[in-house]
Amino acid sequence: MVQRKGSTRVSEDAEELVRVPLQAILLADSFAQKFRPITLERPKVLLPLVNVPMIDYTLAWLESAGIEEVFVFCCAHSKQVINYLESSHWFSLPHFEVTTIESHNSVSAGDALRLIYERHVIHGDFVLITGDTVSNMSLTQALQEHKDRRKKDNNAVMTMVIKRSKPSPITHQSRLGTDELFMAIDPYTKQLLYYEDKADHLKGTLSLEKMLLADNPSISLHNDKQDCYIDICSPEVLSIFTDNFDYQHLRRHFIKGLLVDDIMGYKIFTHEIHSNYAARVDNFRSYDTISKDIIQRWTYPLVPDVQFLGNYIAKLERQGMYRASAITSPVDKLNGELTCKLPETEPWSTSEVGSGGVGYIWSICEGGHEEEWRHSVAPTSADKLTEVMQATDDDLELTTQGSNVLLPSGELVPDSNSNLSEDDDNEDSRDDSVYFEKEVEATFLRAVHENVKEDHVILEVNSLRLSYNMTSADCAGALFYSVMKLALETPCNSNSELLKNVASVITRWQKLLKSYLQSMDEEILHLLYEKDILQEDAILKWASEKEGAEESDKVFVKQSEKFIQWLNEASEEDD
Amino acid sequence: MPDVQALVNEFIIKLKKRKVEGSQATARMTAELLRSVISQQRVPYNNQAGALIDAIKAVGEQLIAANPVELAVGNIVRRVLHIIREEDLSLATAAVAGLNLSAVSDDEDDGEREDHPVLSAAAVAAAARSTLRPPSLQTLLEDMPDSAAVPQSSSSGGDSEGKSKSADKSSRSRKLKHDIIEAVNELIQDIATCHEQISEQAVEHIHQNEVILTLGRSRTVMEFLCAAKEKKRSFRVFVAEGAPRYQGHVLAKELVARGLQTTLITDSAVFAMISRVNMVIVGAHAVMANGGVIAPVGLNMVALAAQRHAVPFVVLAGTHKLCPLYPHNPEVLLNELKSPSELLDFGEFSDCMDFGSGNGSPLLHVVNPAFDYVPPKLVSLFITDTGGHNPSYMYRLIADYYSADDLVVQRRPASGN
Repeated sequence: MVQRKGSTRVSEDAEELVRVPLQAILLADSFAQKFRPITLERPKVLLPLVNVPMIDYTLAWLESAGIEEVFVFCCAHSKQVINYLESSHWFSLPHFEVTTIESHNSVSAGDALRLIYERHVIHGDFVLITGDTVSNMSLTQALQEHKDRRKKDNNAVMTMVIKRSKPSPITHQSRLGTDELFMAIDPYTKQLLYYEDKADHLKGTLSLEKMLLADNPSISLHNDKQDCYIDICSPEVLSIFTDNFDYQHLRRHFIKGLLVDDIMGYKIFTHEIHSNYAARVDNFRSYDTISKDIIQRWTYPLVPDVQFLGNYIAKLERQGMYRASAITSPVDKLNGELTCKLPETEPWSTSEVGSGGVGYIWSICEGGHEEEWRHSVAPTSADKLTEVMQATDDDLELTTQGSNVLLPSGELVPDSNSNLSEDDDNEDSRDDSVYFEKEVEATFLRAVHENVKEDHVILEVNSLRLSYNMTSADCAGALFYSVMKLALETPCNSNSELLKNVASVITRWQKLLKSYLQSMDEEILHLLYEKDILQEDAILKWASEKEGAEESDKVFVKQSEKFIQWLNEASEEDD
Repeated sequence: MPDVQALVNEFIIKLKKRKVEGSQATARMTAELLRSVISQQRVPYNNQAGALIDAIKAVGEQLIAANPVELAVGNIVRRVLHIIREEDLSLATAAVAGLNLSAVSDDEDDGEREDHPVLSAAAVAAAARSTLRPPSLQTLLEDMPDSAAVPQSSSSGGDSEGKSKSADKSSRSRKLKHDIIEAVNELIQDIATCHEQISEQAVEHIHQNEVILTLGRSRTVMEFLCAAKEKKRSFRVFVAEGAPRYQGHVLAKELVARGLQTTLITDSAVFAMISRVNMVIVGAHAVMANGGVIAPVGLNMVALAAQRHAVPFVVLAGTHKLCPLYPHNPEVLLNELKSPSELLDFGEFSDCMDFGSGNGSPLLHVVNPAFDYVPPKLVSLFITDTGGHNPSYMYRLIADYYSADDLVVQRRPASGN
């Protein structure tokens, strides 16, 4: 319905000249967990960026860019966001209307846009932006381009703002810490033809569809553009999201979906900005980078000494130091770079941001909460952290980043963040095996305590093996580890008793082990022997013990026959 | 009152966002805003001037804080405060002049008691001012009784207030406000016509076949040059482009459109060209009390070059740019650092500013200051709408336009008035 309305409006626009207020959708949730655990208790958009909550930069920009109506979509920590906005002055500005939309069950940007579509609040072209974007660009030209294109071609549904930014040749990352982005753009119409942010750098190749080259007379492929995550959208965008209910991510699903699937014929265009600034806080590194950009005034007039918010007064003093009026203590470790000394807006009393090569230094001036607020970005108590980490064992990203943040000094080292994504793969696999082992052990212990049949245990372990993509050797290792652990945990007084325990446990669970240890056990025995863990006598004793046992029990003995034989021979030689 | 508050807030937001460009526009808008504040302000029974001053100070404080770099805001606030004081004083002295001193009755004692702290403060201040400061030309000419009346004791001032209160206080209150608004209107008029008044003097300064050098673009300079051109003077203009905003390009275009012989040079070529120049004429951002100039960046270099070659360095400034503060005052924010993107393309240099590499600090810093400070000894002449002045005369001019009480615009914390 909105789609039809939108199309008729465009056709009548010239005669009717109905002025639709310029609207914007601000997603106050990134629908990602990159900022965990600091976002556990505090929404990302309220994290301070040079002492001002991120969302204020976005709102200030929207306001100065001439947006008249903003819908703030709050999902995670929606109460906090709404409370903050209510206490701020954004609701009271003339010609700037802020409406909050609250949702608790949206898990993606797609869900959010579908919900907004249902509300029927968007009537014309709108700006789609997340609450963590900092910009000072002027929208007039981009909007005009978008409208002109719409008049000519109804399918031009979106204009994406891009900016030139060279990626590093070594890490293939932009200075904002995002992966190198490949875009194919028609140099004349500025139409976006290809968008790939997860290119495989190891292969060093990029595959373009043949049709892309066949259909377009000229094409320019860029790897030096940065996506600013500022989109000027037509109302159709909302209905596209509603029609394609599986679209979740704005870029991964929506953009790629539209580019690949040309049945609908929708087109996306780009608008490149040159002198203006636009960037999105997407990860810890961009958090750091954008903070420094603000301190270095690239975002002018959204800089600390221009009170676009009126929260506090900071002056840019000599030697390029920002100082809030409330702070009197001189800073003596300056080296001529722009630095910033401001009071915090939130519970942290005072912060000090140095750009002199140390990343962040956050010092606390007022006493009292010193212990409590040690953490640099957002304080999260240790109890809460462990609780959450246990609750979401399978959330791998959380633990990788958790380990970063839980440095005892409470300091975030930006360098480690920049390497984060590179290490991701290694850490993933390492974590995977750790989790797998834990799962197997838990399964095994459950089997021990509840007397589950061995077949069932095997089934369970097998399913675990499949889900974690492990080999059966891994299962064997995990199982053997659990078996030995069980044996160790059984209380015992002497070594011989321990040995007896081990023997009994192994005998009890031999079938289980057998199913994974096809030919491995001999080596294991050998290994154990060589490491002096098992005494020679013990093995021989075990072999002789087994001689009287049933046929089925003898599988192990048989399998390790050679080794036992060798042991026997060796002991005879010793004699 | 609420609608005034809305106006004030709107203007503050504009100032904060740096949406108002140019000191003339800022000055005019500030004066208009303050005029509406005055006209909306309900004056109390007594001490109207005090109430008005408090109201203006309250608004002025916010305005100055909104954009401390734009000194014209503070200048206009102080000018308006000065106007209120002057009008109050002239009314008071007029009342004294018409006073029959013998008529002191009982009820006046009551009145005196009420009014005493209020009025005595104003009168003492006025007396102090007139004793500390040599009487200005304006007061000498306009208010002959001023010097005679004010040095009287404060009690006599109280008498006069009591008298006027009993006699014609309603008419007086209306008269005070009316006079103030009239004076503020004059101020707005002055600001609006300052270009014409300055450019009227153009022919006296620009002579036939001279070469004039200017930097960047100033509307005052443009009109000044054009006025000389209209008076059939033929001369040439060198325009330094004024990096990084390159406003000089715009000026060159405008001058050529008016038929002036124009040469565009780079800023760095100024020294090479200065020997051929007869006079440097530039605009200013603000003129400080010591005669120093806060001017667009690059002008200090031009001034030094002009001094080296003994070329007169002339600064054009409307009186609204006259700032009663000294550049060493702590509340004067001398400079504004603009976005570095005016200097270089962010995309081209983005790899130089990769914070992830090295020790987390980029090797490249870009600084883009907006203003220069030109010390008074480098300035040969100021041309304001009241005529040409030496830098050393600036403090005198400032004493005419501002009262010493207003130099720090800050409300007294919860004063008894």
